[in-house]
Amino acid sequence: MIEVENLHFIYPSNVEALKGISLNIRDGEFVAIMGQNGAGKTTLVKHFNGLLKPSRGFVKINSIETTKTSVAELAKNIGFVFQNPDHQLFSETVEEEIAFALKNFGFKEEVVKKRIDWAMNLLGLSQYRDTSPFLLSGGERKRVALASVLAWNPNTLILDEPTIGQDHRQKENLRQFIIQMQTQKKTIVMVTHDVEFVAECNPRVLLMRDGEIIADGKGTDILTNQELLTKSSIVLPQIAQIFQELSCFGLPQNIIDIYDAKNILIQILEKKK
Amino acid sequence: MLSNNKKNFNKSNLIIITSFKKDALLKQARNMSIIETKDLTYTYPGGKFPSIKNISMEIRKGEFVLITGPSGCGKTTLCRCFNGLIPNFYQGEIKGEIIVTGLNPLKKQTHEMAKNVGLVFQNPENQLFALSVEKDVAFGLENIGMRREEIRQRVDWALKQVEIYDLRERSPHEISGGQQQRVAIASVLAMQPKLIVLDEPTSFLDPLSAEKIFSIIYEMNKKLGITVVLVEHRLDLTAKYASRIIIMDQGKICLDGKPRKILNTQETRLLGVGIPKATLLYQELLEDKIALSNEIPLCSEELANFLKEQLKAK
Amino acid sequence: MSVFDGLKFRKVSSPIHNLDPRIKFFYVIVIFFSAILFNQIIVLLTLFLMTIPFVLLAHVQKEWLRSLRGAAFLAFFIFIVNIASSYFTSGYSLTANQIESAIAMTLRFIVLAGSFSVFFLTTSPDHLGLALEQSHVPYEFAFAFTTAVRFVPVLAEEAQTIMDAQKARGLEMEKGSFLKKIRNYIPVLIPLIVSSIRRSLELAEAMESSIDH
Repeated sequence: MIEVENLHFIYPSNVEALKGISLNIRDGEFVAIMGQNGAGKTTLVKHFNGLLKPSRGFVKINSIETTKTSVAELAKNIGFVFQNPDHQLFSETVEEEIAFALKNFGFKEEVVKKRIDWAMNLLGLSQYRDTSPFLLSGGERKRVALASVLAWNPNTLILDEPTIGQDHRQKENLRQFIIQMQTQKKTIVMVTHDVEFVAECNPRVLLMRDGEIIADGKGTDILTNQELLTKSSIVLPQIAQIFQELSCFGLPQNIIDIYDAKNILIQILEKKK
Repeated sequence: MLSNNKKNFNKSNLIIITSFKKDALLKQARNMSIIETKDLTYTYPGGKFPSIKNISMEIRKGEFVLITGPSGCGKTTLCRCFNGLIPNFYQGEIKGEIIVTGLNPLKKQTHEMAKNVGLVFQNPENQLFALSVEKDVAFGLENIGMRREEIRQRVDWALKQVEIYDLRERSPHEISGGQQQRVAIASVLAMQPKLIVLDEPTSFLDPLSAEKIFSIIYEMNKKLGITVVLVEHRLDLTAKYASRIIIMDQGKICLDGKPRKILNTQETRLLGVGIPKATLLYQELLEDKIALSNEIPLCSEELANFLKEQLKAK
Repeated sequence: MSVFDGLKFRKVSSPIHNLDPRIKFFYVIVIFFSAILFNQIIVLLTLFLMTIPFVLLAHVQKEWLRSLRGAAFLAFFIFIVNIASSYFTSGYSLTANQIESAIAMTLRFIVLAGSFSVFFLTTSPDHLGLALEQSHVPYEFAFAFTTAVRFVPVLAEEAQTIMDAQKARGLEMEKGSFLKKIRNYIPVLIPLIVSSIRRSLELAEAMESSIDH
């Protein structure tokens, strides 16, 4: 459970990045945090694992304030996958890379071995066990970074812009992966500006602008609200765009899924016959 | 050059003019085509397999060509052949023939190609190396020895085309990713090239900035007649601008044609290309025997219009 | 990264900022040689105090003090090493003279740090690059210099991101023996180096695509 109360954060350069954020994320929730570059999304999630500490207000993870514990302690429950895998990879082999965090957290030898196998299996990396991560392709490196964070099985995953540079198939795989994590009851917090991807996942959506949360609710409500989206420099997902154009015909205005759209259109067009 | 061929039979400076090259050079001299390749095959140094295989294609002047395909299909490699980075910068093994804007990238230095071919890269930050925006845009021009006054004019013109004139004195690090990419486009534009190649220029940008970039590129193509080759995944934002779509997979060209045709084939879906949702919705309705129009929509505006027609009519 | 802040150029209009960088550099060289030639604390202190009016004129007091704070650690280290080596090499005793000379060493370092800091704080890399060119430094060198300077903030940000990423995987930089602390830098240095190499390649590509040789 992530509790944030009146969180203010000012960078050393005197820029006020967060201006009074309050929110709760329950265990097992899937939340997408969206907004323009510079709105404070990454700054906010860096408070969840203690990388940043509040200037004012507090952040509690499972009822413990982040100022009262270390990043390493918090990291045991919260896995943070950074946007660029090259900012993490440094080992000689994929196996060593995945073992890194496990060793840091003091897991026993046998457990380390088991967890490495599990993580590699999950992300289809078993054939690269002894390969240098630097020799892998961009998409593969992303999977290694993900595996190295999943390895210690944190109950919360923070994904920072996971869809950047990914092609269609890779995004589909990512979406399936997130669904799998949800069945394992993991809490997932995703920072992104990829509306289409969020529309396909349909999570809870938090919209940020200038260090504040301007909206918090269901994907179908927020991603179809033109006014809100414009304020945070996001565009409507395609399906919502189409339905917005047809609002004068009485079409519902909370549709973001292509199959929902299809069914509604079939109904309306058949009726007209 | 053609007449010298008969005189210089000295093997060390034999210029081999194939019939392909002859035709291509003529066509491009008449401004009819911009890129022609024949069986172009390239392997990176140390690579086991070629990254592109037997690519034969022709791109005509004024076209807006969208190249897409799954990661690793060779689209980035192909881009780098167009301005000579391959093989000059990357070395490796190259086979086949290629003529771009009347020049042979296999023989010319990359910087000679730079006058005619501009290349915009994926990462906004790492292609701007000067200390201010206008210095970056002026860079290429300073290197070809233009007069101060003319450089000033060209730089201002390029900055205004991409609407960042008021950012000209800022440091590249201070501006947003979208603005950085516009600087990159301006510095390419300042050279007034015949061809601009853009390799996933909006990967790091939010959708609004991405849309801005695409509409700027489209303007350059329509207003200034610059031929555009754009490598992209985001077909929902770009299919509507393209006059032609090329889909690559595993180093080869699989599909090549008009957007409405290409996006309507089963093969495209199977290749894992991200078809615009509007197009997908249209195809889904078609499967349920609902035909909204004769041609497939490329973007949400088009589909919305088709639906409006249908709903008004009844 | 407070030390970096002490070297970053700030765009302020002051008579010092507008001075030809070569004059400023000449001043720094003069201070450098004077500091080396003279041993007396009075002289070194004077050299140090001489810099202060320039700092005030250029309105860079805050940043200057920050850079001195960064240098303070190293200065302290120099002092300790000097004291320790005098102590051990003269048979476990310390004379007033030796203490004085240790102080002089430290002061010398502070004088140099202070004057270089003023120089970098008041000279835009741009200006410096131009000055280098006009002094007939080869174009490639001046260019490499300004490009490097242009990417310093990028590198600094990246180093911070990498540290965050590894901390989020349980890396604890402050814990452990001295040796362990050094080993803890490997997961930070390697991604930084790899990233820098990749960046250089991308930069080189971009330059190749537009530059004339």
